[in-house]
Amino acid sequence: MNILPLIEAKAELTDGGLPPEPIVLSTRIRLARNIAPHRFPGRADESERVEILDMAFGKIADGPLSGGAKIRIDALSPLERQVLVERHLISRELSEAGTGAGVIIDRSQHISIMVNEEDHLRLQAVRSGFNFKKAWAEIDALDTAIEGDVDYAFSSGLGYLTACPTNLGTGMRASAMLHLPGLVMQEHMEKVIRMVNQLGMAVRGLFGEGSEATGSIFQISNQQTLGESEDSIVKRLINVLHAIIEQEENARKVIREKKALKLLDKIGRAFGILRNAHLLSSEETMNLLSLMRLAVDLGLLPEEYRTHVDRLFIETQPGHIQLSVRGEVDPGERDQRRAKTMREEFSSLPGLSFGIKPDVTPKKKKS
Amino acid sequence: MAKPEQCSNCTKPATIHLTQIVNNQIQKVDLCEDCPFKKGVTDPEGFSLAEFLLKPGTLMQAQADQLECPNCGFTPADFKKAGRFGCPVCYETFKGILKPMLSNMHKDTVHRGKVPDRALARVGIKRKLTELESRLREAVEEEKYEDAAGLRDEIEVLRSSLAESPGNSEDK
Ligand SMILES: [Zn+2]
Ligand SMILES: [Zn+2]
Repeated sequence: MNILPLIEAKAELTDGGLPPEPIVLSTRIRLARNIAPHRFPGRADESERVEILDMAFGKIADGPLSGGAKIRIDALSPLERQVLVERHLISRELSEAGTGAGVIIDRSQHISIMVNEEDHLRLQAVRSGFNFKKAWAEIDALDTAIEGDVDYAFSSGLGYLTACPTNLGTGMRASAMLHLPGLVMQEHMEKVIRMVNQLGMAVRGLFGEGSEATGSIFQISNQQTLGESEDSIVKRLINVLHAIIEQEENARKVIREKKALKLLDKIGRAFGILRNAHLLSSEETMNLLSLMRLAVDLGLLPEEYRTHVDRLFIETQPGHIQLSVRGEVDPGERDQRRAKTMREEFSSLPGLSFGIKPDVTPKKKKS
Repeated sequence: MAKPEQCSNCTKPATIHLTQIVNNQIQKVDLCEDCPFKKGVTDPEGFSLAEFLLKPGTLMQAQADQLECPNCGFTPADFKKAGRFGCPVCYETFKGILKPMLSNMHKDTVHRGKVPDRALARVGIKRKLTELESRLREAVEEEKYEDAAGLRDEIEVLRSSLAESPGNSEDK
């Protein structure tokens, strides 16, 4: 199996299908679905899992999602699996699963369907920016098309039946990836996490980059799936997201008013490191890139570089670095390789324009 | 940059630092690159609630009742271990333990979202077909040929309605 064509193609998250926004990186909706009366993947034996996979490849990849890539996980090298995880096309759990695990990825890479992860099917739609409407419209249409041909496990009382009761009902997990450097710098994240949690939503540091959320990137998602319609879950989530965005904007405003010099110094140093370093770990790089994204938001770098930074967030991860040299290399060599990429990427950028007044609001853009 | 912490599960250096919320408590976990997959804490979607939410009392009661799913053989002990069910039928089998758990976990215990109309219609038709087919057998045995002819017509209509939906290419 070779996933290079997939990686080299334009993808929603690396090429910014929609203009990226200051705080919301991406929006995602996933639906958990199972096929009656089959045992869930965790309980099914290999032959039953393979039967489900063949069914999914046949009825879905040759049906509603025709033209999509059909990938069997056991046909991938460990590195290829890691790259798909880093791109959020498959979960870590699926990448570790054995025979029968697979994924269907549509050409635009907006949509992927994991087969035999925790549930038989996990339909996922991803859009860049704040875009629940588009994500829901896409995933809803696909789900309805599949249901025309596949007998979902469903009970009129409990809704879509899922392996874990935490997903029961709608089987829907809606989430947004937020960049919150202001709240992190002001040390407000714990407070925010608590607030969000009380509103029935979960917060996580983006996987692989840690909890103090390396790169200041957090995923906010609904926790409850039963008892409410999809629409009302998404509406509640959107309200919470607006509240967080407002808090982040306030935090940035306070930083610009009270700690402007420190902020500019931090950003300037980060830019210097990215342009000149010779060894960079993925964690350090994430944190530096976070400051570059903030620099764009603040007007220190032109708007069009936001997409650029978002792409580097994905491409700086260990799997992608190794893929770029076409093979597995040890961490030391990876750090060297990563630093080289960053030097090249950031040398081609214009310098930071520090001409801004440190106390204007973050919304203000350079013309 | 370099975090000196040790993995909270083994002795290797921790490279993954995770914050999760369980029952309003912020939990911080530091893990090495290998352990999270064993511990199952990294799935950005799921969180292992089953263990926290299963009331020990109901679980023991269910074990005492010797419940076992007729479709997949799952028992309450299996559920406690896996935090997941074995098959869709388990939801019917374990109704009793499920209810208190669901009201802790979710907004309500009744589904109010999307309904797969066509899949449900197919299930209804298939059920009706099975019933008509057994009535047809009886009618033939009892030599009620007029009834049998009527039943055959009904069955024919249902079969063709199933065949029209793309859903029934599968051989049953
Ligand atoms: Zn460990
Ligand atoms: Zn079962």
